[in-house]
Parts: sequence; C-alpha cells; structure tokens
Amino acid sequence: MSNIPEELQYTRSHEWIRQNEDGTVSVGITDHAQDLLGDMVFVELPEPGRQLVAGDECVVVESVKAASDVYSPLTGEVVDINEAVVEGPELINQDPYGEGWLFRLQPQEGAEREELMSAGAYQELLEFET
Amino acid sequence: MLIFEQSRSGRTNPTQAPRIDEARHAVPQRFRRRQRPLLPEVSEMQAVRHYTRLSQQNYSIDTHFYPLGSCTMKYNPRGCHALAALPGFLGRHPHAPEQTHGQGVLACLFELQEILKQVTGMRGVSLTPMAGAQGEFAGVAMIRAYHRERGDGERRELLVPDAAHGTNPATAIMCGYDVREIPTDSAGDVDIEALRRSVGPRTAGIMLTNPSTLGVFERRIREIADIIHSAGGLLYYDGANLNAILGKVRPGDMGFDVIHLNLHKTFATPHGGGGPGAGPVGVGERLLPFLPVPMVGRKEEGYYWLTEQERPRSIGRLSAHMGNVGILLRAYIYTRMLGAEGMERIAEFATLNANYLMVRLAQSGFEMAFPERLASHEFILTLKREAKQTGANAMDFAKRLLDYGYHAPTIYFPLLVPECFLIEPTETEDKATLDRFAEAMSAVLCEARTSPELLKQAPCTLPVKRLDDVKAVRELDVVWKG
Amino acid sequence: MPFIPHTADEIREMLAVIGVQEVEELFAEIPSALRSRDRGELPPALNEMEIGRLMRERASQDGQPLCFIGAGAYEHHIPAAVWEIAARGEFYSAYTPYQAEASQGTLQLLYEFQTMMASLTGMDISNASLYDGASALAEAVLMAVRINRKSKRILVPATLHPAYRQVVHTIVHNQGIELVELPYCTDCGHIVPDSLQRFSGGDFAALVIPQPNFFGVLEEVDTLAEWARANDMLAIGVVNPTALALLSPPGEWGGPGVDIACGEGQPLGMPLASGGPYFGFLCCRQSHVRQMPGRIVGRTVDSDGKPGYTLTLQAREQHIRRSKATSNICTNQGLMTTAATIYMALLGPAGLERVAGRCHLATRRLLERLTAIEGVKPLFDRPFFHEVVLALDVPVQPLLDRLARQQLLAGFNLQKDYPELGSALMVCCTETKSDADLEQFATLFGAAVDDLRRSRC
Repeated sequence: MSNIPEELQYTRSHEWIRQNEDGTVSVGITDHAQDLLGDMVFVELPEPGRQLVAGDECVVVESVKAASDVYSPLTGEVVDINEAVVEGPELINQDPYGEGWLFRLQPQEGAEREELMSAGAYQELLEFET
Repeated sequence: MLIFEQSRSGRTNPTQAPRIDEARHAVPQRFRRRQRPLLPEVSEMQAVRHYTRLSQQNYSIDTHFYPLGSCTMKYNPRGCHALAALPGFLGRHPHAPEQTHGQGVLACLFELQEILKQVTGMRGVSLTPMAGAQGEFAGVAMIRAYHRERGDGERRELLVPDAAHGTNPATAIMCGYDVREIPTDSAGDVDIEALRRSVGPRTAGIMLTNPSTLGVFERRIREIADIIHSAGGLLYYDGANLNAILGKVRPGDMGFDVIHLNLHKTFATPHGGGGPGAGPVGVGERLLPFLPVPMVGRKEEGYYWLTEQERPRSIGRLSAHMGNVGILLRAYIYTRMLGAEGMERIAEFATLNANYLMVRLAQSGFEMAFPERLASHEFILTLKREAKQTGANAMDFAKRLLDYGYHAPTIYFPLLVPECFLIEPTETEDKATLDRFAEAMSAVLCEARTSPELLKQAPCTLPVKRLDDVKAVRELDVVWKG
Repeated sequence: MPFIPHTADEIREMLAVIGVQEVEELFAEIPSALRSRDRGELPPALNEMEIGRLMRERASQDGQPLCFIGAGAYEHHIPAAVWEIAARGEFYSAYTPYQAEASQGTLQLLYEFQTMMASLTGMDISNASLYDGASALAEAVLMAVRINRKSKRILVPATLHPAYRQVVHTIVHNQGIELVELPYCTDCGHIVPDSLQRFSGGDFAALVIPQPNFFGVLEEVDTLAEWARANDMLAIGVVNPTALALLSPPGEWGGPGVDIACGEGQPLGMPLASGGPYFGFLCCRQSHVRQMPGRIVGRTVDSDGKPGYTLTLQAREQHIRRSKATSNICTNQGLMTTAATIYMALLGPAGLERVAGRCHLATRRLLERLTAIEGVKPLFDRPFFHEVVLALDVPVQPLLDRLARQQLLAGFNLQKDYPELGSALMVCCTETKSDADLEQFATLFGAAVDDLRRSRC
C-alpha cells in the first residue's frame, strides 16, 4: 500500500506539497507515482527564479520505461532546487517525501490552493484509479 | 568478447585492401589525421567467425516464431533478396542516366507504384520515404502543405487517438502541429462523441490506424471520415496494420486522403535487426500535387524521374537520392510472386491465424482485452489478473517465453491495456506452430501459478540472463573505452 | 498459395475451433459497403523462376558501365564476407532488439558499430544509425536547435551537397527553422574564412561544415569550427567516413572539435544500388547525448553480473515520449550498420587508410591525365579528396550522353545546381579503378571532347 503522509497536500497529478515555516512550499512526487514509474534514471529541474503558473510543466522525470512531466501545483517563483536528485535520481524512489523532494516554490500572494487535496482525499483518488 | 578485444596491433588483411604507394603525405599536413581510429585489427577469419557467432545469438524469423504484434513478422522470401541483389541493380549509381542505364530498375519502381495504388485505392503513390515514420512525416507534411496553399493557416491541430503508435504524435510535432488526443471507448473504437467535440476550425486532420492498435476494426470509419471532412480536415491512414485488410477493404474506399505503407511489414521486406524499412505514401486527388519526389513517370521513350521541375508543388525530398531502392525492389518481387489472388489471401490467412490463436489462448484461460470482438490480424490479451495473483507481470511472461524458444509478443503496448501482450502470428505460420505456441503459453501460465520465480528470473537458457537496464542508463556505457 | 502453409484440412480444423463456417465470417466487423469489389488489374502470380527471369532481364537493361560519378555515392570494393554474413537470416530477418536477451548478436554488433564510428569521427558518442546522410543532417539540425535555444536559424554553406540542403529544408521548415546560405568562392570552390565576417555575432544556432565538401574540396575546417564557437554557434560536421582515415576527425577540428558530426555511411560496405538503402551516422559530444535522436545501445550486466547489451536512453524516443520525443524515428538502418561494422572490422585502420589513400592518389592521377587533354582544366586549385571539378570548353550534357552510350559514366554535371560555374563536370575516382580504367576513361573522354568541339565549329 502506498505511503500518504497526513501532513502534506496533494494534486490529482500525483505531486505532494509541504508548507514550510518560511512561507515557501516544497514539491515532490508521491510514493504512488514513483512506484508506477519505476526506477528513476533522470530528472530535469526548473531554473531557480523561474515564474510558474499552477499547472505548468516544470520538471521531467524519467525511468527506464517511462517519462513523465511534473506540474507546478501553485503559482509562484522557484526559489530552490534539489541538485541531489539530479545526481542521484534513485532518491525519488528511496525517499519520495524526504531526500527525493524536487523544488521549493515561493507561492504568489493569494495563490489558489483550492485544487489541492488532503491525504484522505488523495487516498480516495488512488482507490478510485486502481 | 568484443571484436576489439581480439585485435592485435599490426595485423592486417592485405587481400581486402588496395595496393598503394605512400598516400598520407599527399594531403597537406594541416588536414591530416594524426592518430589512427580505433578499428579492430583482426584477420578475415576472426571477423567472419566473430560476426557469425554474434548472429547466432539472435532470435529471428528464419529461426524462431516471432509473433511481435504490430510488426508483421512474416517470412521474408529469399528469392526477393537474391533477385534484388543482381549485379545490374547493386552496381547502378543513383546518378546513372535513366535512359541508357536505368530503364530496368525504373520499370520495377513504376510498376510497384501502380500496384500499390491499386491495392490501397489511392490516386498517386510516391515510394521515396525510407521508413514508416518517414512516410508518416511525408503524409502530415502534405496535409500541412494543402492547408497552407489554401491559405487555411488556422488549422494548427492534429487529432490522434490515445491508442496510436508513438510515432503519430511525434510526427505531428515534427510537422509543426499541436496534438490533440482522442479517447477510445470501452469496445476499442474511437469515442465518436469526444471526436465531435474536438473538431473545429483548428482541425487540420486526424491520424488513424485501422484496424487500430487494439487489434480491432474501426467500425464507424465512414462516420469518422464524414466528421473530419465536414470540419475541413483530412484523414491520414497509418498503414501499420494493412496486413489485416489487404485485398478486403482499401483505405481509399474508407475515405482516407493520405496513407503510408510499411513495406517491411505487409510486403515482406526484411526487418534487418531494425531497418532499413520503406514507407511509401499514397494520396487521393486533393493531395496529388504534394507527393514527395522523386517519383517515376512513363512516356513514350521510357521511364523517367519526376522531380521538383515536373512537380513544383511537391513537399520536396526526403533522402539524398531515391530512398531505399533495394527494399522497394524486394517488395516489387514479392507483389509479383503473390499476384492478384495471393494478395487477397494475405488478409484472410493473417486473420484466420490470429483468430485461431486467440480462441486457443482464451480456452487455455487467458483473458482477452476485447473478448466480444473478432481479432483482426492481431489481438490483445491482458495478464493483469495473473500479475496480481502471482506477482509475475507481462515482462516476466515475455522473458519466460524466450526460454521456450519463442520471441515474445509486443508487451506494454498499447498503453491503454494493462499488462498486455499484443500478438500477431501472420499468415506464413502453420497451424502446428500456433498449437505449440499456445501450449508454451499454457505452460508458462502454469509455472506462474506454481513457481512464479521461474518467470521472474527468466530467461535462463539464452546467452545472457535478465539484463539490468537501469544500470545501462545510470552508468551510460555506449562506446568501448578499452 | 504463395507463402501460406495451410492445408485444406487444417483450415477446416481451425475454423471449427473458432466456431465459424468460413474465413469470410472473420471479416464480419468490416461494414459491407466498404468491402472491395474491385479486384483491380493486378498481374497474375509468377513463381520464383519466372520472376527471376524477368528481374535478370531488367537488371541487364541497366548495364554495368564504367562509372566515375560520385556526388554523394561512391563505388568501393566490398569484401565478400560483408554481405555473406550480414545477409544471414539471423541478422536479416530479426527486428529491433526490444527483447535484449534474445538479440545479443544485433546489440553487441551495434555497440561495436557505435565504438567504431565514435573513434572514426573523434566524437564521444554515436547512435546506432539513421536513414541516410541527408536525413541524418536534418536530425543534427533539429538537435542543434534544441541544444542552442538562442536561434532557429542555421548557417548552411552552398558547398554542402545540394540534395542535403533540400532534404534538410523539407524536414525542418515546418518547425520554423530557417536555413541561411553561406556563399562560397567560385574560384576556389570552398568557404573563404574571411567571408564569415559579415555573419559574425549573427543570430544562428549552428554552422554546418562539410569535409570534403560537395566539390570534393577540403574546407578550412579548423578555422570554421573555431569561428562557430567564438560566435556562440554549434558546429555540425558533415563528413565522408572513408576520407576520415586520412583527414583530421571532426572531434578535433579547431581544438575541441565540433558538437555534432554526421554523414553518409554508404562508403562503408553499401553497394550503390540506385541510391539505397544506405545509412546515416550521427555522433555527438557526451553532453548532448540526451538530445540525440535514434537508437542507442548500452553495455550493462545481467543478473549474474555478466556483461550484456541493451537499448538505452529509450525515454528520448517516440514509443515512450510520444509528442515530446527527440524525433519520430522508430528504427535505424540495422542491416546496413551490420554490413558497415563487418566492413570496418575486415579493413581495420590500416586497410581503411589504404582505401582512402588509393582513392586520393587515383583521383590525382586521373586529374593529371584528363587535364592533359585540350580544353580540360581543373576548375579549383585547392586540396581535394577523391572528387575534382573540371572546367570544359564544350557543353557537359551532350558529352555525358555520348560517353554513356559507350558505357562510360564520366561524372556529375554541375550545370543544374551550380549554373554560375559554367561548363563544369565533377569526376570521382575510387580504389576500384585500375590504371587501365583511367586510361580508357582518358581516351574515350579526349575523343569525345574533340569531336564535340569540332562539331560546334
């Protein structure tokens, strides 16, 4: 069964969002998503400073047999990226909610968060999809 | 062992190299190469033995049943190869004048154009595209040229069913189009209501395979054609599955404006370990002026090349010369050996074999993706249930089949069907082979239930065991460093 | 029935298992209105003996003339072993090695091919081949635009093969990519480095550098590659693989070398065959590998740790990436690369150097012999490889027509592609031509030139 931490928020396209104390959010892909894609071999992250609109394709993750875009869950500016996953894409498989985070975003003031789901809602989505 | 590991400095093959005086110094020093390339230094026999042994590590049609769905791995007649390799054909320079030194090969190409027109119901054919994907490119580029010439620049979007081959959306992008995916309904047909909602003034056309990649005939094809045509778009036929309908129904009669054929599938030219193929394109009236050049024309004095001069509205050239002529000759020879009657038998026996094998496998307990449908020349089964119950997935089944001496069917395509096998036996296999394959599939199914680790560890009888393709990407090694 | 093994009994048994009466019922899902009534006018079937007779007649119509045409396709000796082995059923009738464990022969061979091509071009990486030289250049251009996003314009010299320029245009223009022509010097047949000045600082993604160029002339590749780098453009080398045995490889041009090297693989064991099938090769720097289109084979290990080979970096390709793939290409020219690999193994570094050297020397000899004829001069005074352009004082086409009737194909007429050069004929000589062949060429050629001149007076 897929791991879905309670404290995070989720999107329908299988990203997770963590609210940090400094007002930024961290973004990654869920345990379920990494499991579907399989062994990661390549990650391409956005340039820090890039302005994203919610729904923008901003990260590419590749496994041996699949490639997938990751979409920005919120509108805002990329303030930091996780260079470690570029060097070692397997971190996404090993620790999708920790060491395998992808980028940090400074959300625009009043950015829409209504589309984001709670852990419970995401759990229901997965049950529906499978 | 690599050929480079058998190399010893100073070993040469004087019989294969010309006699020569010192030549290096004839070229001014600033242009000269300083270090010899790393090519192997082996004897002729070492090279012959090395590559003969490598060949023996391949599964091929000539050695194994190869039911690779969507690839039409039928027998490649040796006669086609031998006759296309006659010295007069092999030695002919592409710029040899066609009147004095080319009437033979041009006659074959002209007749092949005519034969392909007849069997597809199209008005014109150009043989020049060098592969199916290049044929697709030519086809979509013609659609684009057509709209552009009419000043219809708003048509920016090509519709592609979600079940389509990956080449379809990739081609659309290469031609500068946006791709809009059309969903498939539960019976395997294009979702007509979704299609109606998707067409409009931005629609340049649709790319369809029929029978579709799901192995079933698109029954409402005329309706689809009407929807697209009334919106001002054109219909593209991906000929990947033409083997299913050859002699039974023609793309031109289904309403398609442009098609490509894969001669390496339907017309039995060799797959060669991944090419060369040939992807001729055929068009209806509207796209005739745009066909890629060169083509072959005929007048009183004989056959001649049609180039940009005769066909100024052509989308242009796709190869430096005339595409894969040697492959075209093989296809021509094959069509002549089939003749009118043989052509029609292809679809009949490809379909008979597919339906027979489908029923045999269903009887053995395999789950079909579309059990209520007839198979075309291929069909899909899903191993979703087996994967859940036994932990052995489609990949594991495929690898275990290799141990039984069968090339695996296509796996994980189309993406719409989970854990799928796409199986295409082709018309050239006999009943006994199909029976043995069905028995092997049953045996693997049985193993999956009793000892799934046999599948997970497979193959175990081949030159190598299961390869680590994650390492192959993470620690990229594509050139030997010694 | 041709190539169909079924007996009447088997057909009956199979239909019974399916549960239908006749084969026709299997087509029930095809609307009857669409069914072909028209059988057309296809010719009746021929057996192998009959088609063999027809094909031999046709092949003999094309003759076996003495051929001195080059222009992108070159006659070389092909060792007998090359096609004996390449045409083995295990290579000939296999497909793309998706099931790696059952395709180790093809895969290891392609890995060896990649190694040979990378070494020959002096580049880090080679793919497993593309369709032909012209389409390989088109892919190189698309690749350059993906890597160097600053521009969609490519600087292409007029000394590049005219058909390559046409093919690249056909393939890339729908994506808004523009080819800008770089003029050449009509006196010396190459790009004069000074002429680059007016393009300096220009808005271009890449410069294409042919070596030798279409005229057979050697370009100042070091200067050109350096200029491209200094102007923030990628450099794309288009090279003849035989010539690379003698000439400096694109991976070393101007110091660090070009970004992408490509070309026509035909000289490495492919028969002329009216233009195909040949194969294109494409090599690049390590840092560009993810933008490379086409199949790439990698070395890895199996579950016992034993070395083995598999297709790699597949997530670039259309079957996974679909509309975001690097190209729509789905195959390589597998059989041709098989032949090329065996060819290079049989020749080795010394053998290939001898082939290249002999081509060059024979061309020099031919040039000397022909320019001794009155009214025949070398058009360009520049170093060349195995093709030279002759300026004639008689029109080229009637001369070629006349010699063709004497079973001599004397060269390529430049009139259509380069009218500014006047009456110019391009001749090519490879290692296949003996001294006697050169002598015969010179004799027939001299007589024909004389006759033509006289008939015009």
